[in-house]
This record gives sequence, C-alpha cells and structure tokens, in this order.
Amino acid sequence: MGKPWKREENGETIVRTCAWSPPGCHPVGCGIQLHVKDGKVVEVEGDPEHPITKGALCPRCLALKDVMYHKDRIMYPLKRDPKDRGKDKWERITLDEAFDLLEEKTRYFSETYGPESIVVFCGTGREATKYHNELAFMGFGTPNACYAQSGWACYAPRVSSMAYLMGGGYPEIDYAARYADRYDHPGWEAPKYIMLWGKEPLKSNADGLWGHAVIDMMKDYGTKLICVDPRITWLGTRAEINLQLRPGTDAALALGLLNVVITEDLYDHEAVDKWCYGFDELAERVKEYPPSKVAEICWVDEDLIVEAARKYATSKHSAIGWGLSVDQNPNGIQVGQALLSLMAITDNLDVPGGNTLGLPIEDDTNVDMINRAMEAGTVTPELFEKRIGAAEFPFVCQLMSTNHPDSVLDTLETQEPYRLRMGVFQSSNLVGGAITAAQERWLQAMKSSFEFCAATELFQNPTTMALCDLVIPLKTFAEHNTLVESHYGFNVAFEGSCNKAVDVVEGVSDLEFMMKIGERMFPEYWKQFASIEDYMTQVEVPGDMTWEELREDVVVQPEEVYRKCEKGLMRFDGQPGYMTQTGRVELWSTAYQQFGDDPLPYFQEPPFSPYSTPELFEQYPFVLTTGGRKYTSFHSEHRQIDRLREIDPQPTVEINPAAAERLGIAEGDWVWIENQNGRVKQVAHLTEGLDERVVHAHHGWWFPEQDGEEPNLFGFRQSNINMIMPHKVIGKLGFGNTFKCQICNIYKVTDE
Amino acid sequence: MKNGLLINYKYCSGCHSCEIACKNEHDVPLGKWGIKVTEDGPWKLPDGSWHWDCLPVPTEICDLCADRVAQGKEPSCVQHCQAKVMRYGSIEELAKAADEIGEKAVIFLP
Repeated sequence: MGKPWKREENGETIVRTCAWSPPGCHPVGCGIQLHVKDGKVVEVEGDPEHPITKGALCPRCLALKDVMYHKDRIMYPLKRDPKDRGKDKWERITLDEAFDLLEEKTRYFSETYGPESIVVFCGTGREATKYHNELAFMGFGTPNACYAQSGWACYAPRVSSMAYLMGGGYPEIDYAARYADRYDHPGWEAPKYIMLWGKEPLKSNADGLWGHAVIDMMKDYGTKLICVDPRITWLGTRAEINLQLRPGTDAALALGLLNVVITEDLYDHEAVDKWCYGFDELAERVKEYPPSKVAEICWVDEDLIVEAARKYATSKHSAIGWGLSVDQNPNGIQVGQALLSLMAITDNLDVPGGNTLGLPIEDDTNVDMINRAMEAGTVTPELFEKRIGAAEFPFVCQLMSTNHPDSVLDTLETQEPYRLRMGVFQSSNLVGGAITAAQERWLQAMKSSFEFCAATELFQNPTTMALCDLVIPLKTFAEHNTLVESHYGFNVAFEGSCNKAVDVVEGVSDLEFMMKIGERMFPEYWKQFASIEDYMTQVEVPGDMTWEELREDVVVQPEEVYRKCEKGLMRFDGQPGYMTQTGRVELWSTAYQQFGDDPLPYFQEPPFSPYSTPELFEQYPFVLTTGGRKYTSFHSEHRQIDRLREIDPQPTVEINPAAAERLGIAEGDWVWIENQNGRVKQVAHLTEGLDERVVHAHHGWWFPEQDGEEPNLFGFRQSNINMIMPHKVIGKLGFGNTFKCQICNIYKVTDE
Repeated sequence: MKNGLLINYKYCSGCHSCEIACKNEHDVPLGKWGIKVTEDGPWKLPDGSWHWDCLPVPTEICDLCADRVAQGKEPSCVQHCQAKVMRYGSIEELAKAADEIGEKAVIFLP
C-alpha cells in the first residue's frame, strides 16, 4: 500500500494525484504530488509510488504552477456585449450570473430554432474530450457535438477501424502497464521489436501511452526499434531500421510488409486459421504490392522493407505503436486495417510483448452516451438524426455519435440544412488551434452564423477573443476532482483519481460545467447524481468501487489478460472469437464493404503529391508533413508559459540542409511556407533527418504576447500551419485529412 | 568521497524535465539554468548510422539538491528524469555504474 492520497508533512499538505487536464494532455495520468501551503500549490513533484511514471514528470506538469497562477489566467466569469466581439472589453460577472445567461440563451435558441441550432465543440485529448458528447446530449440537449478536426482525424479513425474490424478496443504496445510490479511481472515479456509507425511517443504520450516506457524497455529489456517515419526522430537514431517513407504512403508500405510476410510464409498459420477472416483474399491483394513497387511509391529502400517485415514477423513477440499519421491521411482506415492484419496474422495481437488489446466496450462509449440520453429523453431519436453530416458519413458518425466536422463548416457557411446559432467551446481554440483546417473560413463562418458563443477556458485565445460573449474559467486538474483512464477507456492501463488540492478561480471543471448546465436544462436526469464524486461512482468508476475508494488508492490497475479471444472475453456472448459479423478479425471487412469501401486494404495516392498533382507540385515542390510535437507544449497550449516558451520560443519548420542551401535558407531564418491555400511563416531549422524533398512544419502556433483584438487576434494567421490545410479533403468514408501529406513551397521572408 | 551525477546519455531523450525540475527547486529565473540540456544531431555518421545525443550539464547553481537529499529524496533532476538516465551517488559508486553501462556515460562533479 502506498502513502495516503493526502498527508501532512513539514507544515505542508501533500496531495497525491494523477494528471490529466487542463492544461491539455492525453489521459496519461502521470503520478503527481501537489504540495499545498496556505491554500496555494507551492511545489509540484512527481509521485515515486505511481506504477507507470515512478516519480518522473514532463516539463509541462513541472511548470503546472506557471499555468495555475499565471497573470493572464481568466479568474472569474466574463461577459461581453456582442457588439464588442473582437475587443478586449469584458465585464466581470458571478458564476451564477454566467449560468443564468447560459441557460437563458440555451432555452431561447432551443425553443425558438430547435436544440440542433446549438453546437458544442471540444478540443483534442483533454478531459473535455471524454465528456463532450454527454455535455451536448445531456447538458445542452443538442445532438450536435463537434470535434472540429477535419476528417475527425485523431484517434477516432484508429478506434473506429478496430471496432469495425474486430469489435475490440485499441491495440497498444505491451509495456506491462496493468501490473503493479510492471516489468518484473511473471508472464510479461518485453517486445523484441517495437515498430513505431508515424508516432513519436516520447513527446506525444499519445492516447495515454506513457512514451518513455519505450526507453525503459530499450534500456533494460533489450527491446529494439523499427521506426516508420518521414523524419529521423531521436528514437529513430537508436533504431535498428528506419523506414523513412514519403508522407502519406503508409498504406503502400504496410501492404508491402504484408506482401513479404505472406510471400515468405512468415505468418502464423494457427492464428490465421483460427482467428482471421479473409486471409486468402488479403494474400491475393498484397500481390499487388511487391517490395520493389512499394519502394518506388514510398521512397524507401526495398531491402529495408524486406528486412523490417522479416524482423517484425519472426521475432516473437513484437509490437506496433501506431500514431496520428494513420489518422491524418485520407487513406488512413486502410492503413489501420493493414496494420491490424500484420498484428493478427503474425500472432502478435493480445500476447505478452505484442499489442495488448482493449476489451469490447460495454459502457462508457460514445454510443452508450447517446443511449443514455435517449433513455433520459434529453435527445430524441428524431433529433439525433439531425446531426450535421450524419447521413453523409455514417461510418464516422455512428460510432462517434458526433456530427461530421467538415460538414459543420459547410453548414456554418451555407446555413444548410439549418442555421447553427449558438456555439459552445469546451476548451477548444478552433481559430488559433491545432485541429481545424482552413481556419480563416471557420472564423468568418462562425462570426456570421453564431448569435451567441460561450467558452470554458484558462486563457483568452483567438477563439474567445473573436467570438465569445461569455467565458467561464476552467479549473486545472489540481483544482477539481475527477478520474483519468488511459486511452479514453479503449484499452485501460489503469484508473487514476485526479484529486482536488486547491481553489484558484471562480469557475468550473469540465464535469461541473456539464452538470451545472444539465441540472438547469434537464433536472430530472441530473437529480440522480448528488455530486461530481457521485457521478464518477455511478458512471465512470468500474465495478463496485466508489470514486472515494479509488481516491484512497490513487491508482487501480486491472490485471492484464492475454489471448482473450480464446477465453470468450472478446464477445459479449462469452463465445471464443471476436465480435464481428464473422466472429474473427476481419482482414476482409464486411463492415467496410457495407459502408461502401473496398473490403480489403489498398493504397491511394495522397490527394496532393508529386504524382497526383504534378503541375501543382512544380509550383509547390516539397512534400509537407506537419504536427510533430514538442516537449514544451500540448498542441496550441502553453504558448504563454515563459519557462516553456524559453525552450521553444518560435514555430519551426524543418528542412534538409541541402535543400535549404539551394534556396538560400540558413538556420534560424524566417521562411514562408506556401501552398495553394495560402502562406504562413516559421523559423527554419536545418536537419539531415528529413529527405531533401520533404519539409516538416510545427502546428498550432499563436502568440499570446501579441495584440489579442481584431483583426490581429493574437497573430493566429502568422504562423499556424493549419491555416494552409484544405477543408474537407478527407477519406471516402469521412475519416482522415491531409495534415501529414500536403505540398508546399518554402522561401525566405524578405518583405519586412 | 564526493557525490556527483551520473548520466547515461545514450538514452537521454532531451525532454527538458531536469531543467524545469531544477528551476523549481532552486528558483532559477528565465535565461539562467541550474542544469541545461545540450543537444547535437541528427546527422549521419560515415557508417550510415545516426548521431543525436542530448546531455544535461549542471551549472554552478547545482548543489546536488542538498535540501532534498537531506530529506531522503533524490535530487530533483534525478527523480523527474523521464528516461531514468540520471543517478546520484558517491563517485566510487557512480564510476562502477558507468563502467557497467559501458558507453555514453558521464559523471559530473558540480
């Protein structure tokens, strides 16, 4: 047993807790000790007793106090006259007044134009993400929950593919996350190889994987790496093989690996016979992707493709860590399908040292939320059908229960099929942030369509400044009680409690926001929950445990069970196999076919590329990939935190030195990155880690130090690469975008 | 026997945790550092492999977290190191550990 969740030591109260958000992060739940004195957090320290992070912390959590007590933090609710939108003219109001106003507006728009005239936005990764649908359905009573990333291209494509292809949760690298004794646990094996596919886990900790666990396993357990990435990452320099592919050609490469594994008979015949459906068809399909052809498509050496395939398939067991590049690609659901096929036919799925597998999801999903809403009568089936884009993109909207983000921008611009009149931004900076494409269009469309906007936020940002009539302060994770579970519940390493240590603002947590508006709009539903903690116990904490009991332990890990398909754990009916129409992992997908796509994986050339748009490529002769992370920020957040900004002061674009020399660009020069959608400027960083034909630009940049008022809006147009990403260039079934496979030109800034 | 810091920099990811942890502990202002990560790479070596090393270097501000050590804790950079490549101890102990690591190990006596 560990130390209690709260203790007194040397005149301080020390609160053990798990981190989530805000400030933004994925649900990694890193172990933290908050030292409190006189009602203030005076020290933030790692928690050595936390089974995953063991006392370590990243620089963002170490700078948590800088966020909590920042001079620019929004401290109390603010109201602004709609005629002053774009101006820094705010009036302080009380929290009750803020919710009175929010209720009044919600009722007005709901009763006058229908609840669907309200849209609730949420950002990426953070706590709000988990409750966002519920906030829309049971708080505001609207069916329109919107995650505004073009093509819903973060995590959802991977999770949805898995649900359709095997009816299970998210396959994650086995890093012994579910054992209290971690790597010492009998029966756990270290992955022989980890194939990191479009993923830099050290910086991203994506989806809840604590990235530095990869280093644990390399350093102490002999794990080797195969990196699949257009960039040589730091991990890539320690990898045995780097497959430095042309951005957006992931499906071809994955099919090439499958070709080698199947042609050379390196697959596991028992796993294929027992648990896979459609192997013969897949074997036929991969004949179209011999390594020689794939090498040409992907700009990768043929021998390396063969070597990587052999190593992954024959080193039992090995894992694939698949990242955002699978999502931010219109061809992405085929990448996911091919990667799952690789895991399944090599018997690397749900085995020690392979990919762990989440259980089929019984509760706590987006689908469950809408079922509860319909049961409670807060959203009717007829109203649910009014979700924007749901009819056009059922593959996306059925499982996610949201509307379709690109269709929402269409609706904002055309007011078809109806006008969206009220926008709620649950800590999502659509105008200056990391997820939207064509941000100028979003800004202008929202300005003309929304009659009322409200946000919950830590700081003013381009979105609040441009649009909001009401801003309610958001509490950091040190200021409210909640729960964090890794991977948003789709492959839970542990349940952690986030324990309130102090009060700082007159505001709300994401959950309190939902409950407060919910109690006003739908008191019949919300009266069953006496408190946030009671809500946690009834809805979120698994089993019979109460939230308070979880808090006592701070972290509770479910035991890992491998080979669940053999034990009847992957189906609700308890039968062996998987919860698909064929009862197996579908290499040939009945679901993909039913939704109108090819049942087998295929490669599709990126929409903008040297080969698909050769004329345009003459004008914009670089392949542009974006979105690599920095340790010092969470996407568009942390820009105002001086101690972090000191480390990464400016947005940078990475370019090969030989290419830079040709263009007369030196390290540190401001350069324009321009394509058919416009241009933004960033600071050049020269690196050999990129092919001469590829550049990589960082994302989500705005400048809190600049003038926040219109028209500047914290300089959001200056450097954010999302400004030049196109609207609705997405996959056939609605997932994916071109954030990681664009084209551009690059040239020195000379005109100022 | 003096105490020092051992850094196994083959696995230092350059995450900057030590820098902020140190700044917290010693209240180091902007522009100054108690420990600073130096970084070089990536560039290709003649054999085709890649060089990219990060190495945190303590400054005069470093007192090996005397206050924390007196409380039985590790120096703040050591505890918070995400890659767990830092170790605090006597030079003798660290030299032995460096020998066991075998490559890319540095011992600092701040």
